[in-house]
Amino acid sequence: MKILVCISHVPDTTSKINFTDGDTQFDTNGVQFVINPNDEFGLTRAMWFKEKQGASVDVVNVGGPETEPTLRKALAIGADSAIRVNTPATDGYQVAKELAKVVQDGGYDLVIAGRESIDYNGGMVPGMLAGLTGANFVNTCISLEVDGNTATTIREIDGGKEIATTSLPLVIGGQKGLVEESDLRIPNMRGIMMARKKPLNVVEPTGAAAETKAISFEKPAPKGAVKLVDNVDELIDLLHNEAKAI
Amino acid sequence: MSVLVYTESENGTYKKTALEVASYAKGIADMMGTTATAVAINGGDTISLGAHGIDKVLNITNDALGDFNASAFAKAIAQAAKAEGAKVIVLSQSANAKYIAPLLAIELEAGYASNVVGLPESTSPFVVKRTAFTNKAFSNTEITTDVKIVGLGKNAFGLNETSGAAATEDFAVDLGDTSGVKVQSIDKATDKVAIADAEIVVSAGRGLKGPENWEMIEEMADILGAATACSKPVSDLGWRPHGEHVGQTGKPVAANLYIAIGISGAIQHLAGINSSKTKVVINNDPEAPFFKAADYGIVGDAFEIVPKLNEKLKAFKAANS
Ligand SMILES: Cc1cc2nc3c(=O)[nH]c(=O)nc-3n(C[C@H](O)[C@H](O)[C@H](O)COP(=O)(O)OP(=O)(O)OC[C@H]3O[C@@H](n4cnc5c(N)ncnc54)[C@H](O)[C@@H]3O)c2cc1C
Repeated sequence: MKILVCISHVPDTTSKINFTDGDTQFDTNGVQFVINPNDEFGLTRAMWFKEKQGASVDVVNVGGPETEPTLRKALAIGADSAIRVNTPATDGYQVAKELAKVVQDGGYDLVIAGRESIDYNGGMVPGMLAGLTGANFVNTCISLEVDGNTATTIREIDGGKEIATTSLPLVIGGQKGLVEESDLRIPNMRGIMMARKKPLNVVEPTGAAAETKAISFEKPAPKGAVKLVDNVDELIDLLHNEAKAI
Repeated sequence: MSVLVYTESENGTYKKTALEVASYAKGIADMMGTTATAVAINGGDTISLGAHGIDKVLNITNDALGDFNASAFAKAIAQAAKAEGAKVIVLSQSANAKYIAPLLAIELEAGYASNVVGLPESTSPFVVKRTAFTNKAFSNTEITTDVKIVGLGKNAFGLNETSGAAATEDFAVDLGDTSGVKVQSIDKATDKVAIADAEIVVSAGRGLKGPENWEMIEEMADILGAATACSKPVSDLGWRPHGEHVGQTGKPVAANLYIAIGISGAIQHLAGINSSKTKVVINNDPEAPFFKAADYGIVGDAFEIVPKLNEKLKAFKAANS
């Protein structure tokens, strides 16, 4: 089984979010970048497929050279090789189009992406990629087993779970549940050394055009101070009469 | 040329989110000088849609769409959009709608903006405001394609009742092979409110010390008709099911009221629940970061406060219902 894991290069969850150039660009100053958390769960699940079922695992990112440390980290965690599509990511559609080319050229059976990236939260790359490549698609996937050509998936739905069967080629939008938090791997020294020798192939983009454009950013208005109350009657009164929430 | 909206139903009833996207589609239709058409799949009585701004309902009744099937649903909605010549298609951000939207975008070669928080700033160019960086910012986003798909965040617009009635037409679809992903079973608690549907969410964290202490949380949820939720470590520790994990890496919460008990308010937690309207925190540490993000707070021991609060809430509910 040939697996491709899509890796989004995102600001660490604790990052301060600021904008520059008249609020048109994300300010990367002092920001630490990491593997998108949803993708990291998927990458770890892919490692299990590699170890238990002999799958090969490649990772891919659509982005400039600055994303390479994030791809190297994925290699240090255990991926076999990395691909960087050499173009800035501009919107979900453009990224999905570029990824579709990588998927078709590489003949991947299974593509594991994250349900959304935590920077732009588009939540569209996995579905669009499936649509573009004609693969089956399961979103918000919290469990995935593959046996031959058949896959069994569990999807998180509103208020519960849905178990489904499908077949390869398959794209999933993954998240926590594919593996648990405690299963995530921190690269060790040996992994980091090996990662330096693993191939990181830079491929040129097809030049797909975006369909959306972030014109400007703004931050939420600052919040007023909390109202501290010291008894529950007062709280109920405020929730009922002031907030009209109960 | 109408604005098309996919109105989700469950067991023949339109949920509040369906009526919200209907109201919103009507809002966009007014801006564009056109009408709003709903597409319903095995839906029910359309009176409630008419009462929320919908002029016409395309009713798709099809056994192949009995189980949810994202790609088949996307095909059906795409055919309705083409038949209507719709340039704008509106969906909610339910789990199923989020699953359908990107597939629909490919079917229609349409640009898609998710997590939209209000009416477009302008319809030509078509610019919407959406959340980004997990609620830490907004992005004003232009959709540049001819056909546009908008995913409206829950509780971002609200309901607008009108006195209208919707004309209902049957709409036949040609789905082709729908066997790609087959639902085998659904595991859904019928006696519990889903976080996605909840107006009120009662959430608790590691401050509760252990899973045996959740009885008072469930009791509060019961009294308020609320959903229960938890912080990430609580689900990682196995105290509560993963489906209750809310925050940046869990479920988003956009409730009317979010009550956080024994939750510190880490940035990753707050990111996921920030779009809730009113936030209440109960925590024994006055320095807990949640107090900076909340509207109302009580500094104190949850094990003392929550039982008292439950008693008073019960009395309040009895007096106000
Ligand atoms: C990549 C990443 C993603 C993450 N995603 C998420 C996410 O999606 N959701 C999430 O929740 N977290 C997430 N986290 C974890 C987050 O950083 C915090 O660790 C977590 O939210 C803390 O959970 P907590 O508030 O329950 O526990 P703690 O931080 O341990 O807080 C417990 C609180 O309970 C209070 N308390 C203790 N005893 C009592 C009492 N008797 N009465 C009242 N209060 C009491 C304490 O004062 C404290 O404030 C993520 C972290 C990372 C690194």
